Amino acid sequence: MEHLSGAEMVVRSLADEGVEYIYGYPGGALLHVYDAIFRQDAVTHILVRHEQAATHMADGYARASGKPGVVLVTSGPGATNTITGIATAYMDSIPMVVLSGQVPSDFIGTDMFQETDMVGISRPIVKHSFLVKRAEDIPATIKKAFHIAQTGRPGPVVIDIPKDITNPGEKFEYSYPKKVKMRSYNPATRGHSGQIRKALELLYAAKRPIVYSGGGVVIGGASEQLTELTKSLNFPITNTLMGLGGFPGSDPRFLGMLGMHGSYPANLAMHHADVILAVGVRFDDRVTNGIGKFCPSAKVIHIDIDPASISKNILADIPIVGPVDSVLKDMLKLIKEDKRAPDVDAIANWWKQVEEWRSSKGVFPYDAGDGVVIKPQKAIEVLYEVTKDMDTYITSDVGQHQMFASQYYKFDKPRRWINSGGLGTMGFGFPAANGVKLHYPDAQVACVTGEGSIQMNIQELSTCMQYDLPVKIINLNNRVLGMVRQWQEMQYEGRFSHSYMDSLPDFKKLVESYGHVGMRVEKLEDLKPAMEAAFAMKDRLVFMDIAVDASEHVYPMHIKDGSMRDMWLSKTERT
Amino acid sequence: MRHIISVLMENEPGALARIVGLFAQRNYNIESLNVAPTEDPTLSRLTLTTIGEDRKVEQITKQLNKLVDIVKVVDLTEGAHVERELMLVKVKASGSQREEVKRTTDIFRGQIVDLTGSIYTVQLAGDSGKLDAFLQAVGSVTIVEVVRTGVSGIARGEKVLSL
Ligand SMILES: Cc1ncc(C[n+]2csc(CCOP(=O)(O)OP(=O)(O)O)c2C)c(N)n1
Ligand SMILES: [Mg+2]
Repeated sequence: MEHLSGAEMVVRSLADEGVEYIYGYPGGALLHVYDAIFRQDAVTHILVRHEQAATHMADGYARASGKPGVVLVTSGPGATNTITGIATAYMDSIPMVVLSGQVPSDFIGTDMFQETDMVGISRPIVKHSFLVKRAEDIPATIKKAFHIAQTGRPGPVVIDIPKDITNPGEKFEYSYPKKVKMRSYNPATRGHSGQIRKALELLYAAKRPIVYSGGGVVIGGASEQLTELTKSLNFPITNTLMGLGGFPGSDPRFLGMLGMHGSYPANLAMHHADVILAVGVRFDDRVTNGIGKFCPSAKVIHIDIDPASISKNILADIPIVGPVDSVLKDMLKLIKEDKRAPDVDAIANWWKQVEEWRSSKGVFPYDAGDGVVIKPQKAIEVLYEVTKDMDTYITSDVGQHQMFASQYYKFDKPRRWINSGGLGTMGFGFPAANGVKLHYPDAQVACVTGEGSIQMNIQELSTCMQYDLPVKIINLNNRVLGMVRQWQEMQYEGRFSHSYMDSLPDFKKLVESYGHVGMRVEKLEDLKPAMEAAFAMKDRLVFMDIAVDASEHVYPMHIKDGSMRDMWLSKTERT
Repeated sequence: MRHIISVLMENEPGALARIVGLFAQRNYNIESLNVAPTEDPTLSRLTLTTIGEDRKVEQITKQLNKLVDIVKVVDLTEGAHVERELMLVKVKASGSQREEVKRTTDIFRGQIVDLTGSIYTVQLAGDSGKLDAFLQAVGSVTIVEVVRTGVSGIARGEKVLSL
């Protein structure tokens, strides 16, 4: 049997787990581990410029690939810098393993230099965490962490490693466990057949059905089944912000995203539905609007891997706990055996109504303007036109630009739309794009951002230079914290408290100073050619600083505490 | 309504912190809580009481079940169960009070487990209502110090909470 030090076991376990890349930043508590990294080449370490970016990079990779992203940071400030990224992953159920250095075991609790209680600080935002006590436990702990992170409802797992147990002078027998067995952790593997049968009966009887699917479908790898089911039943479908791409965005059955900034037809169809098939969603407040007024005539079928998500906000009439892919597969199989279908006439009538909603207000209408000034909505439409035939991943930051991207870009495949939906983390998009690009070097990876958000992790331009990550940054520059400003205009009589930054850098020069390509686009006529040129530069990072109309708001917008159908459609029109 | 939730969990450092943290984080209340290892030293049994509507308590048990260290969770109040709490009370007992306190203790089937010239220490076990009633009977003027374990509970009959 092989003998390794604790530090070597950390790195070897990662390699044996099949980890290709780790994102990290060194420091005192981790020096033994970094030395072990130096002396091997199975695992590649990517040095970021801020630990928060390491977590988002790992997260972006995880969202695109479905595999856990791995982060390595030192104790104290290194560990605390990951908190935003861990919380971001937690809220969106993203598999991630974060290894943090810790002061030597004997000094824990003494307020030693760079000591922080990482397990304590991260407790509310992790799926699970470990403080490793003995070097011999390192392989099994890492194995468990990966198992927990990626099974059931995925999530981040923290492993805190005291420096003394990584001591290069002490060697231990090493073997990486093949299997994990935990008596206290057994996520559901199948949906209950009785419940599935009940759900089918309800679907067959539906007159005004809608499918409402979310991130669970993307994460749970159930897009194929969802698409087949929705098409075979011929039901209208809407996706949450996290669920985009779970069903092809260009299919006519797709009504657009639902919720606070959801489309008119999607929100209306939800409100009037008699049966809602909710798959991998959690009835988030950004979807439901006022809970008491939510979809008054709907019976709800709710499929989710996490029982705690079911009937948390909205009572489910038919709860089904299980992996969404397996439950949908079971449903498809039964439908084929049953040789039954919903009432064709009723569904046709329902479609007539839905199409009326769709054509009366459009899906996401906006004022095209004078044709000179670039509307942010238009910028996304052009981005879609330019990239739709390429193998493209779109990441985004948080704000109006994010909503515009979710509304106007049509995602036909899962895992292609990567954004922080649950936590809403500004600064997420750019490092996330880098994580995607590293693993999919031949794909186009574009980050849709705003001048506010991009400045929250702009230091990563340096990481991109070092590792040659030619992503495209689409900066919808409205010179304001647009989403904040929109609320201030709508709810605070236009008192724009601190939503304006009067000191923006010249982004073109800034990125050029890092050795990348910068572009500034101010007129609509220049937009498409510039974008085509940017995407043609396959091996360069291109930062497109696009001046967009700051007066635009994101519509529709739910009217607070109303029902799903209560929304502003423009600055002056409401339902 | 008051619920008694019984939890079987890994006897590992941090497990208790996760449970208590969950309650704080999700704004659930804990009325009482006790925890100790079971006959199998790798497992601990925790009992907590909380007050809330059924839907909230259902959410609490689901959230508890999600914690990786937790093996099993039951809401004992859903079925027939036995609940007990232990209390130690120091009461002033001098002169005529001594007889009075002794008599009250007997009525409640308590025991005097320690005494000085002016103090009795009374031990009492029962459901929480009985303990409250005792405190009321002796009266707040007489009470010097109270310590209660919080509720422990177990299902009646054949039902068991085990691996
Ligand atoms: C880290 C963080 N801080 C604050 C916020 C609150 N917030 C949401 S959107 C927004 C404005 C974003 O501005 P910008 O990136 O320029 O995007 P725009 O809305 O203008 O498109 C702010 C401050 C947030 N989501 N994340
Ligand atoms: Mg902006």
